[in-house]
Amino acid sequence: MIRQHLPILQVIIPLLSAPLSVLLHKRWLVWGLTVLASMCAFIISILLLQQVLARGVISYELGGWAAPWGIEYRIDVVNAFVLVIISAIGAIVPLYAARSVEREIAADRISLFYTAYLLCLAGLLGIAATGDAFNVFVFLEISSLSSYILISLGHDRRALTASYQYLVMGTIGATFILIGIGLAYMMTGTLNMMDLARRVPAVADTRTIRAALAFLTVGISLKLALFPLHLWLPNAYAYAPSTVTAFLAATATKVAIYLLLRFLFTIFGAVLSFEEMILHFVLMPLALVAVFSASIVAIFQDNLKRMLAYSSVAQIGYIILGISFVSVTGLTAGILHLFNHALMKGALFMALGCVVYRLGSVRLRDIAGLGRRMPWTFAAIVIGGLSLIGIPLTVGFISKWYLVLAALESQLWWVAVLVLVGSLLAVAYVWRVVEAAFFQPPPRHAAQYQEAPLSLLIPTWILIGANIYFGIDAERTVSIAQRAAEWLLRGPS
Amino acid sequence: MELLGLYNYWIVVFLMMAGFYVVIARGNLVKKIVGLNLFQTSVFILYISMGKVEGGTAPIVEKGITVYSNPLPHVLILTAIVVGVATTALGLALVVRIKEAYGTVEEDEIHRQDESL
Amino acid sequence: MNATTALWLTIAVPLAGAALVVVLDRRPNQREGATLLTAVALLALVLRLWFALQAGETPAKVLVETLPGIPLALAVEPLGMLFALVASTLWIVTSIYSIGYMRAHHEKHQTRFYCAFAVALASAMGVAFAANMFTLFVFYEALTLSTYPLVTHAGTQEARRAGRVYLGLLLGTSIGLQLFAIVWTWMLTGTLDFRDGGILRDAAPPTVIGALYIIYIFGIGKAALMPFHRWLPAAMVAPTPVSALLHAVAVVKAGVFTVLKVTVYLFGIDLLAHSGVSEWLPYVAAATILIASLVAMSQDNLKLRLAYSTVSQLGYVVLGALLANAAGIIGGAMHIAMHAFGKITLFFCAGAILVATHKTEISQMRGLGRSMPITMAAFFICSLSIIGLPPMGGMWSKWFLALATLDAGKLSLLAVLMVSTLLNVAYLMPIPIRAFFSSDKATATGIKEAPLPCLIALIISAIGCMLLFFYPDPVYRLITPVVAR
Repeated sequence: MIRQHLPILQVIIPLLSAPLSVLLHKRWLVWGLTVLASMCAFIISILLLQQVLARGVISYELGGWAAPWGIEYRIDVVNAFVLVIISAIGAIVPLYAARSVEREIAADRISLFYTAYLLCLAGLLGIAATGDAFNVFVFLEISSLSSYILISLGHDRRALTASYQYLVMGTIGATFILIGIGLAYMMTGTLNMMDLARRVPAVADTRTIRAALAFLTVGISLKLALFPLHLWLPNAYAYAPSTVTAFLAATATKVAIYLLLRFLFTIFGAVLSFEEMILHFVLMPLALVAVFSASIVAIFQDNLKRMLAYSSVAQIGYIILGISFVSVTGLTAGILHLFNHALMKGALFMALGCVVYRLGSVRLRDIAGLGRRMPWTFAAIVIGGLSLIGIPLTVGFISKWYLVLAALESQLWWVAVLVLVGSLLAVAYVWRVVEAAFFQPPPRHAAQYQEAPLSLLIPTWILIGANIYFGIDAERTVSIAQRAAEWLLRGPS
Repeated sequence: MELLGLYNYWIVVFLMMAGFYVVIARGNLVKKIVGLNLFQTSVFILYISMGKVEGGTAPIVEKGITVYSNPLPHVLILTAIVVGVATTALGLALVVRIKEAYGTVEEDEIHRQDESL
Repeated sequence: MNATTALWLTIAVPLAGAALVVVLDRRPNQREGATLLTAVALLALVLRLWFALQAGETPAKVLVETLPGIPLALAVEPLGMLFALVASTLWIVTSIYSIGYMRAHHEKHQTRFYCAFAVALASAMGVAFAANMFTLFVFYEALTLSTYPLVTHAGTQEARRAGRVYLGLLLGTSIGLQLFAIVWTWMLTGTLDFRDGGILRDAAPPTVIGALYIIYIFGIGKAALMPFHRWLPAAMVAPTPVSALLHAVAVVKAGVFTVLKVTVYLFGIDLLAHSGVSEWLPYVAAATILIASLVAMSQDNLKLRLAYSTVSQLGYVVLGALLANAAGIIGGAMHIAMHAFGKITLFFCAGAILVATHKTEISQMRGLGRSMPITMAAFFICSLSIIGLPPMGGMWSKWFLALATLDAGKLSLLAVLMVSTLLNVAYLMPIPIRAFFSSDKATATGIKEAPLPCLIALIISAIGCMLLFFYPDPVYRLITPVVAR
C-alpha cells in the first residue's frame, strides 16, 4: 500500500516537515525532525531506485487525476539516480549541521535554518521527481527561495549581497524557464512531460518551439552556473554557512543539470536539440572555457571556499562537456560526474567547515602548518582534492576515464587532451592547500587549535569513504549511469 | 495588420526589456527589485493573454455558454504570482538587512566598502 | 603460505607497517623496529613468490573489479619479480641506513618519513606485480604521491619548490600523456591486461601504434627520458636515504620497469620491431644517455652529480627496451638490478659523507679517503660497477646492451655506449681518487666515519654489487623466459 505512494512521499515528507518545524521551534526538536525527514527521504529514494531498476518506470498520478490532466510523478532510472544523490547528501548534511551551524549561525535563527533547509530539500527532490513541466517551476522556486535564505544566514555581511545577487540572477533564470514552459504550452497545449515529448515533434519546426528551447536552455544554464552565467556562484558559496555550501554545492547545481538533461533529451529530444538546433556546438566550447577559466581563477584564490567554488564551475564544465558529446559514453560520463562531483564537493566543503569551526577562517595563510594540528580534517581535504584531480582509486578518476573515452570515441582527441590538461590545473590549486597545510611552518599560536569535533568529522569521512569506495568499485554506479544514458538517448517512447 | 494584432506580445516584450534594463542598469537595490517585478509581470501577461479564446467568456459552467477562455494558464500564473510576491518579499528583506549591515542600498557604495576590507 | 596470499600481502604488509609506524609515533626505537620488521617480512614474501615462480606457478589475484572489464589485479611474472626482489632487498639495507642517518642528522618529522617510505614500498610492490596497465597506473600514481612528502621533507622554500617540480612533472606526464595512452589502448583493444606477445597486434595501423608508443614512453615520466628528467635532480633535496632507495631504485626503476612492461606485454617486441619507431626512438634514449653524462660532469654537488648519472643510466634501460630485441630486453632488465645495487651504495656514501662532515660539494672532499676509508672504498668499488668494469655486476648488463645494439645493426648506438662509459669514468673516478690521493690535509682533521648503521648498510650493498658479478645467473635465468616465449 505505502509502496505505491513512494514517489509523492519522497517530496511530501520534507515539505510537510518544514511548517511542522516552525511549530516545534525548539532547536533540538527541529534538528531531530530534520534528521528524521531527510533519512526517510533517503530510504525512499533507495527503494525507488531499486523498484525502477527492477521493474522500469514508475508513474504516479497525484490525487488520482490521470495524466496528462493531473500532475504526474514519473520516476525513471535517470531521476531515480538523481533522487538518490540529493537525498543521500541531504541525509548526511543535517548530521553535520548540528555542530557546524551552532558556530556559524545566530542561536535564535537555527530552528529557522532547519525549516529553510527542509524546504530546499523538498524543492530539489520535487524538481527531480515530478513529471510536469510547470510543477518543475514551482519546485524550482521553492528550492531557490529557501536557498537564498540559507545563503544569507552566513555571518559575513557579504553573504547578504551574495544572496541578493543570487536572488536577482536566479529569478531571471527561473523566469526564463517560465517563459520557455509557457511557449511550449502555447504550441502543444500540455504541461505533462511525456505528453509534451509526444507532441513536440509535430510542431518542432515552429519558431515558438525553438524559442522555448532557447529560453529553457539559457534559464537552466543560469541555475546550473554554466560559464559565463556562473557569476552568482563563487560569492554565494564562499560566504554561505559551511553546511549550506556543502549542501548546495553537492545538490542544487546537480538538479539543474538533471533538468537540462530532461528538457533537452526527453522533452525536446536529441534530434531537435542537437541535430537541428546544434546545441552541442554551443555547450562544448562553453564547457571547455568553463573548465579552463574557472580552474585558472581558482588557482589564484586566497579564500579556500571561493577556490572550491570556482572549481565547482570548472567541474560543472566537465559534466556539460560529457553531455555535449551526445553519445552513450559521453552521457554516462556526465551522469557519473554528477554523482561523483556531489561526493567530492560535499566532502571538501564539509572538511572546510571543520576548518571554519576551529579557525573561523579559510584563508590560505591562516591554515599554514595546521596539517599536524588537525590531521583528520586535512587528510580529508587531501583525499577530496585527489579525487578532484582524478587520481585513480577515487571517484574523480572514474569520471575522467569516461570523459576521455567519450572524447576519443567521438574522434575528438584534442578534447581528450584538454580534459587531461584541465585536471593538471586542479593539481595546481589543490596542491597550494596541501603545501600550506603540511609543509609550511605553523604560526606561533597554532598550538591552540585542535582537531574538529567528531560530529563534524564523521559525516565528512562518510563522504570521503564514499569517494574512495565508489572509486574502487565503480561497477554499480557505472551501470546505472549507463542505463540512464541509454534511456535518455532513446528519448520518449 | 498582423503586427498590431499581436499587440499583447509587444507589451510583453516591452515590459520585459524595460524590467531587464532596470535590473542591469540601476545601482539601487530597491530599484533592481522593482525591475525584477516588471520582468516577472511581463511573463504573467504572456500567460494570461495566451489563455484568451476569441469570443469566449469567463470559464464558469452556465447554460448557454459554449465558448470560454482557457482557465489553465490563469491558474498557473496565479501560482507564479505568489512566487513573485515571495521573491519580492525576500528580496526586500535582504535589502533591509543589507542596509543595516552596510548603511546603504547603493551597489557601488557596497562594493567600495567590501573592497576596502 | 599460499602463494596467492603472499601476493596480496606484499602490498598489505608495507601498508600495515606504515600504520604501525604512525601508531608508534612517540617511541622511536620501536618505530624503527617496526620498519625493519616490515622490511624483512616483505622480503620473505617476495622470496616466497620467487620460489613459486621457479616452481612453475604463476600466482594471480583479482582484488576488485573497478570498472567493467578493468579489474584491480595482481599477477607474478619475471620482470616484476626482478623489480620486487631488488626493491625489497634494498629496503632492508636502506632501513638500517636510515636509522643511522636520520638520527645522526637530527631530522624532524621522522614518523612521517618512515610512514611515507613504507607506503612508497607498497606502491612499488603494486607496480611490480600489476596484472594490467590500469593496476600499474594506480600504483604508479600512488608511488608519486607517497614520495612527495619525502621530497618536501625539509619544508623549506627550496624543498617546496622542488616538490612542485617533482609533482608537476610526474603527474603532468602521467595524467597528461600516460592516461591518455591507456584510454586509447582500451578503446582500441577493449583490454588492458599484460599478455605475452602484447595486446595491440592487429589493433591499429603501424602509424597509430608508433604514435601510441611514443605517448607511452614520454608519459612514463619516472623513466626520466629527456626532456622530462628535471624532477629527478629536483628530488635530491630529500634526505639521502630517500635519494638512495627511491630515487635510485624504487621510483626510477618503476619508470623503466613500466617501459619494459609496456614494450613487452602491451605492444610485444615483434610488433614494435615492425612499426618503425624502433628505428629512431632509441636515438632519443641515446641522447639522454650522453647529455645527462655531460651534465653530470659539470655538477659539483655530489648528489646532483649522482642524480644526472641516474638519468643517464636509466637511458640504458630505456634504450634496451626501445631496441625491441631479446638481448635489449635482457640487458635492460638486468641493468635495473645492477644499477640499483651500484647507485644505492653511491648514495649511501654521499649521505655518510654528509652526516660525518656536512660536506655536499665534491670539491670539498679532497683527502677524505684517509678519515673515511670504508666509505670511500665502497664508493670506488661501486663506481666501477656503474662504469661497467669487472669484477662488478654492472658489466653484465652493459654486455647485453652492447649485444643488443649489434643485433639491431646500429653501430652508432654501440659507439654511444662506449663513449658513455668513458664519460662515466670521467665523472665518477675523480671523486675517490682525489679522496685517497690528494694531499689536502686541511679537511681531514677531526672527521670520523659515519654512524655504524650507515656503514653496515653501505658495506652490504657494495658486497651485493660484487656478488652480482660472480653470480649473475639467477637474474639471467629469471628474465630469459620473458623473451624466450
